[in-house]
Amino acid sequence: MIRLLVALLSGALFGVGLAVSQMTDPTVVLGFLDMFGDFNLALAFVLGGAVGTTTVAFHFVLKRSKPVFADLFQIPTACTVDRPLVIGAAIFGVGWGLSGYCPGPALVGVAGGVQTAMIFLPAMLAGGLAHRLWRLRG
Amino acid sequence: MNVWLVALLGGVLIGLSSAALLLFNGRIAGISGIVYSLVKRPDWSEWAWRIAFVIGLMGAGGATMHWLGQSTPSPAGTPTLLLAGLLVGFGTSMGSGCTSGHGVCGLGRLSKRSLVAVLTFMTAAIITVYVVRHLLGGAA
Repeated sequence: MIRLLVALLSGALFGVGLAVSQMTDPTVVLGFLDMFGDFNLALAFVLGGAVGTTTVAFHFVLKRSKPVFADLFQIPTACTVDRPLVIGAAIFGVGWGLSGYCPGPALVGVAGGVQTAMIFLPAMLAGGLAHRLWRLRG
Repeated sequence: MNVWLVALLGGVLIGLSSAALLLFNGRIAGISGIVYSLVKRPDWSEWAWRIAFVIGLMGAGGATMHWLGQSTPSPAGTPTLLLAGLLVGFGTSMGSGCTSGHGVCGLGRLSKRSLVAVLTFMTAAIITVYVVRHLLGGAA
């Protein structure tokens, strides 16, 4: 039960962070990606603040033998750079650049009542499912 | 407050959220993975924490957007949004992560795979915006 509460509060903090940092505004995101035009540097501060925090915090957290409320850390074990990683990331980047939405801000945008997020999110879920089905059959 | 400071503060909140999930539950706050695995895991305990995370994310994030009066839509039209959604969904599933899993968490634990993923999706997104805005003269 306590783990559900942690997940709820962690999700809430993440959502507040996305909205405060304007990651939920696709025009701000696209402005950051528009390196050769009307460039908006603000998102570099968002990523810097987030990655700076996790880099320091994870260093100390992962020194522990186990998490506070669980038996083990469940960290991705893959460590080789393979084709699905690179091709998948490239496909994701094209979609991000076309819309200004990545998964987190799309979810928050739907909750915030933004119509373009409501169009984007079902397509995103369909794309994720399509890949999982394709991988199961392939 | 200064716009750079607000951006930095928002980033730190995102980082703290990810650190808390790892410290207390031992889990990575990768949003694409959390969402897609909702559909394939019948195991209640695996399902429940992901649902709780998404409820918190959407509830608090949506409320903050309302509080800030934030409602800017994407400049992309419906066909582009649908195509972009399919690409983001397919790509983040195939590449095992998005901006949160690879960007915020993966870089934080110094993963080489995540560094490659972040450089790849950033480059692809920057090229896409360049093509749409400056070569095609489109809205996005």
